[in-house]
Amino acid sequence: MKKWRKIIPALLSACLLAGCGVAQKDDSVYRVSMVAGTGGINDQSFNQLSWEGLQRFGAHSGADVRVLESKQASDYLTNIDRATDTYSDLVWALGYSLADPMLTIAKMNPDINFAIVDYGFDESPHNVTGVVFRAQESSFLVGYIAGMTTQTDKVGYVGPMKSFLNDQFQYGYIGGVAYAAHVRGREIEVQSQFTESYSDAAKAKAIANKMYSNGCDIIFHSAGGAGYGVIESAKENGKYVIGVDTDQSYLAPDNVLTSGMKNVDIAVDLVSTMAMEGEEIGGQTYSYGLKEGCVGIPAENPLLAPEIYEKAMEIQEMIVQGELVPPLSEETCQAFVEGL
Amino acid sequence: MEKTVKIRKKPIAAILLAIFCGFVVATVILAASGYHPLEAFGALLSGIFGRPKYVSNVIIKSTPIILTGVSVAFAYKMGLFNIGAEGQFIVGAVAANIVGIVCDFPAIIEIPLVLAVGAAAGALYGGIAGWLKAKYHINEVIVGIMLNWIALYLSNFVCNIERFHKPDSDGTYAIHESGFLTFFTNWKTTEAAAEFVRNHPVAGDILRTDANAGILIAVALTFAVSSLLYKTTKGYELRAVGSNRDAAEFAGINVGKNMVQTMLIAGALSGIAASICIAGNNPHGISQLSAFESNGLNGLSVAFIAGGSPIGCIFAGLLFGGLLYGGQSIQYMVGAPSEIINILIGTIVFLIALKDMVPVLVDKLGKRGVKS
Repeated sequence: MKKWRKIIPALLSACLLAGCGVAQKDDSVYRVSMVAGTGGINDQSFNQLSWEGLQRFGAHSGADVRVLESKQASDYLTNIDRATDTYSDLVWALGYSLADPMLTIAKMNPDINFAIVDYGFDESPHNVTGVVFRAQESSFLVGYIAGMTTQTDKVGYVGPMKSFLNDQFQYGYIGGVAYAAHVRGREIEVQSQFTESYSDAAKAKAIANKMYSNGCDIIFHSAGGAGYGVIESAKENGKYVIGVDTDQSYLAPDNVLTSGMKNVDIAVDLVSTMAMEGEEIGGQTYSYGLKEGCVGIPAENPLLAPEIYEKAMEIQEMIVQGELVPPLSEETCQAFVEGL
Repeated sequence: MEKTVKIRKKPIAAILLAIFCGFVVATVILAASGYHPLEAFGALLSGIFGRPKYVSNVIIKSTPIILTGVSVAFAYKMGLFNIGAEGQFIVGAVAANIVGIVCDFPAIIEIPLVLAVGAAAGALYGGIAGWLKAKYHINEVIVGIMLNWIALYLSNFVCNIERFHKPDSDGTYAIHESGFLTFFTNWKTTEAAAEFVRNHPVAGDILRTDANAGILIAVALTFAVSSLLYKTTKGYELRAVGSNRDAAEFAGINVGKNMVQTMLIAGALSGIAASICIAGNNPHGISQLSAFESNGLNGLSVAFIAGGSPIGCIFAGLLFGGLLYGGQSIQYMVGAPSEIINILIGTIVFLIALKDMVPVLVDKLGKRGVKS
């Protein structure tokens, strides 16, 4: 019994000491916290890239950067709330699923800046920043490359599910293919199908197998983790596939023609730097594309014919200059194709 | 010496020892990977007790796993291993979500309706496994695992039905507000509430979380299950089947019927855990699942840590919820990978599986004590 009398106060004081460990307010350090989605910061994709971007920002700016992973959708709200407890100056939320919870917390903390990747609010509150990507621009480029490369005049597209975000990939790609078809003076068919999931690689593989046997020789996917199934299928069928988000050629060096990259890390670094330098970033949505180097295709494409790469670079320049506006939705795509 | 031996023979001693050893293993791993273990555990503790709202969040996080733990513990008492708790939880969530979106009644009807429908869905789902086991002697573990996957894909299917899918998100609509279990749902967003939060640091802090009545329901149900098991004839029958099936049958107990009933109740407990989550926590809906959220699977660990006692599940569930919620702080404050907390939990569960060895060891220790 005597022992317990000693242990309990010791435990209590340990708790108190631990309580003191909570970050103290210190104006000399700029603090940025990031709340990741359920994919986790080792997802080889969106979350990991964003966290790498923030770490890079921390390294060159000396800011204090932290990350919180969400395990379930019900963690979003509590985690974003948790991120405000450490006197953060800026809180990042990753992915559009976090938009609603972030808005709730942002309203409760008017003094903290909040930024979200892949979502733009129609009307951002003064302390909320949206960061979106003009993924239609990189998708247009890879669509153009697919259209120029295809031998069978049939190409495929595998998407996750219909959403405003994914329309950029799908219709940007279709627009690019149509442009190439126009240049080559022939009809190129685009077969599109959805996996209805970001994770169901088996289904994506089945879809890709079907497309390849239907005569497609190139498939572009924007299905996140499910897309590995498409790449797998390309390997087995010996056909071309176009990767997404990062340069995916390391997954299948003999099959990945190119990749429609979305450099979330650059955008996270960029916006964090602006916020730290005192720029007013709240109340607006930043849109990043080819011009800012936030989307694009890799510089090295061993499988790609050099002359097609050259032409693609010309197209890229036209998009950067605003001479060519890639479609980003069904309507704009229709108008674009008719206008060719 | 004899007295300490006696204390150490109690099951609680083995459990505490396992928890302690879990921390030792985590300490070694943290130190080996270059993090300061004390700092990490400090972050863990402050992540649990540091602010009133953290405590509130721990309780919210614990509520469903207490119930799935009780579900597993209950089935275990009759010799069934309810690994299907995960699937029962998922279908419970789906059903509660659907009914909460479709129906819009006053709170007095809506809340019980959402809870009851979730429980009923879980019960039916659990009942399938029980019935197959009773009628065709199909192993409930295999059936449970298969049904878990069916539930996962069913949930994703419902998630994508246009009637329920919330545009530009990967989840469903929230249920109607009348179905919310959260305290002061409407009042929270008012100016008066903001004023209250400013003036009452403790209560206001808690108010910022999804504090809800779920924990009260969970505790009440736990006590109900406990008295069902130990105070009623039905409970006696169930335990009799659990201890010796053949003897129970010989004594005139209908084993098959009891099996189905057990799984119905166990399923209902998991189902109601899910409907409490839907009614109690943001986002009040389901999301596209790429893997199990482990509300049911964690229930297995909780029941295990609790030594199969329903009341023990309350404490084990709180411990588990605390580790899960507070554990995130290790990553956030110290930067250690979030997996460390899974290693800690895994070690605890593993050592508890070995806990029957502790009394044996203590016995030897006691004998040595007598000799000297």
